[in-house]
Amino acid sequence: MGIISRGFGGRRRDSAPDLPPGQYLTQDFPVLSAGPTPRIPLDRWSFTITTETGRKHTWDWAEFTALPAEEITRDIHCVTKWSKLGTTWKGVSLDTLFEDVETAADYVMAHSKGGYTTNVPLQDLLDGQAWIAYEFDGEPLDPEHGGPARLLIPHLYFWKSAKWVNGLEMMHEDEPGFWEAAGYHTYGDPWLEQRYQGD
Amino acid sequence: MAGTALPGRLIWQAATVSAVRAETPSARTIVLDIPDWPGHLPGQHLDLRLTAEDGYSAQRSYSIASDWPGAGPVEITVQRLEDGEVSPYLTDVVEPGDRIELRGPIGGWFVWRSAQPAPVLLVAGGSGVVPLMSMIRERGRLRARQPFRLIYSVRTPEDASFAGELRRRVRDDPGLDVHFVYTRKTPDGWPAPPKRIDVATLNSHGWPPDFAPDVFVCGPTSFVETAADILVALGHDPSKVRTERFGGG
Ligand SMILES: Cc1cc2nc3c(=O)[nH]c(=O)nc-3n(C[C@H](O)[C@H](O)[C@H](O)COP(=O)(O)OP(=O)(O)OC[C@H]3O[C@@H](n4cnc5c(N)ncnc54)[C@H](O)[C@@H]3O)c2cc1C
Repeated sequence: MGIISRGFGGRRRDSAPDLPPGQYLTQDFPVLSAGPTPRIPLDRWSFTITTETGRKHTWDWAEFTALPAEEITRDIHCVTKWSKLGTTWKGVSLDTLFEDVETAADYVMAHSKGGYTTNVPLQDLLDGQAWIAYEFDGEPLDPEHGGPARLLIPHLYFWKSAKWVNGLEMMHEDEPGFWEAAGYHTYGDPWLEQRYQGD
Repeated sequence: MAGTALPGRLIWQAATVSAVRAETPSARTIVLDIPDWPGHLPGQHLDLRLTAEDGYSAQRSYSIASDWPGAGPVEITVQRLEDGEVSPYLTDVVEPGDRIELRGPIGGWFVWRSAQPAPVLLVAGGSGVVPLMSMIRERGRLRARQPFRLIYSVRTPEDASFAGELRRRVRDDPGLDVHFVYTRKTPDGWPAPPKRIDVATLNSHGWPPDFAPDVFVCGPTSFVETAADILVALGHDPSKVRTERFGGG
């Protein structure tokens, strides 16, 4: 597949180890967001899981950062084509956050400051696959990159790792979030190159 | 989403380069004949894929610079990044007659719809002007009444893409204003020294927040961060400020 581009050599091939299709390696940390970067004071931060029955589980910043945290090292892949290998994070596993949550719903809508949303199946959030991260590279997470805290789901394209996340809402049916309604794939597996609707 | 030009499925197809045009010493417009183009809204982009002889391939996104009158070629405008993999190929190697794989249009958020009645503020850093140019062209073609203001930050006067066309449109398209910000070198006789975009620029040359304009900010990531932060500080509703970050520092 693919027509040959006359005279195209490709400069970054030596830095392309085992990347998902169509991705290239970057040392930077590019930013994909739909609007201005919100600044969220820690004393106004909270995170809430709302079940399908309306039951709420809420943590403020002190409660949240008192939960057991994990060091996470993972590769991340953005739909705008860059990948970054071996990024290191600190955060709370969603297994920990869901410990006391009773739900029979299979889908989750993640909500962020500013009204952004993204949808994820619950099974992609559990079993050591996802975190609410609040440190990157040993430093508090920059607002630009989603701080104070963002969802981290490294096995999906990075827009699913909602920045400025402030809640998860359980849903019986899968519904498109903000980026998904704007044309991105509902699931977003980088290894299957599920970038856009229909991929 | 209602009204977007999003097809159900984006299929890779071969486009043919029908012309190339220098915009500045380091930016070039590539005119593409795409056999099966569903049309696009101003602000959308396409994905382009280059493939080397041994099968190695690279993909990048490029905003669409042209408007869509219902037919015709699609134009992209590419800024050369000296150490880049794809952009120098597009600005220096590609020639008319070459075939390039692409798919699109992509993006349903960073788009201007002519049915939106609000005044529009466009803020561009460097090549970030490209999708905003598509909006200006669409507005011109439709003779839309929404007043548009473009604030366009460039290093030097020589780095401004579409300079001639913008001058002509300011004359011919009623309700279009363009203000340049020069960060390294100004034209002769310019009333101010070079500077970066700041509160004063956005305050005097943008719309007041009370007008509730639709704002589109596009360019390198650091430019977009700065401009969007200022707009929010000036009182613009963050949900009315749409951003597209091209990458880089
Ligand atoms: C939605 C979208 C639309 C875009 N539209 C346009 C467009 O209309 N015109 C255009 O010229 N580009 C556009 N870009 C940027 C484009 O996709 C490529 O990133 C750019 O051409 C660089 O690719 P490259 O292969 O030459 O450089 P790479 O080999 O990818 O990178 C070279 C170096 O430059 C840095 N870099 C990457 N992008 C930028 C940047 N924008 N500014 C400064 N440094 C950077 C990289 O971090 C790297 O260090 C768009 C990007 C996105 C996400």
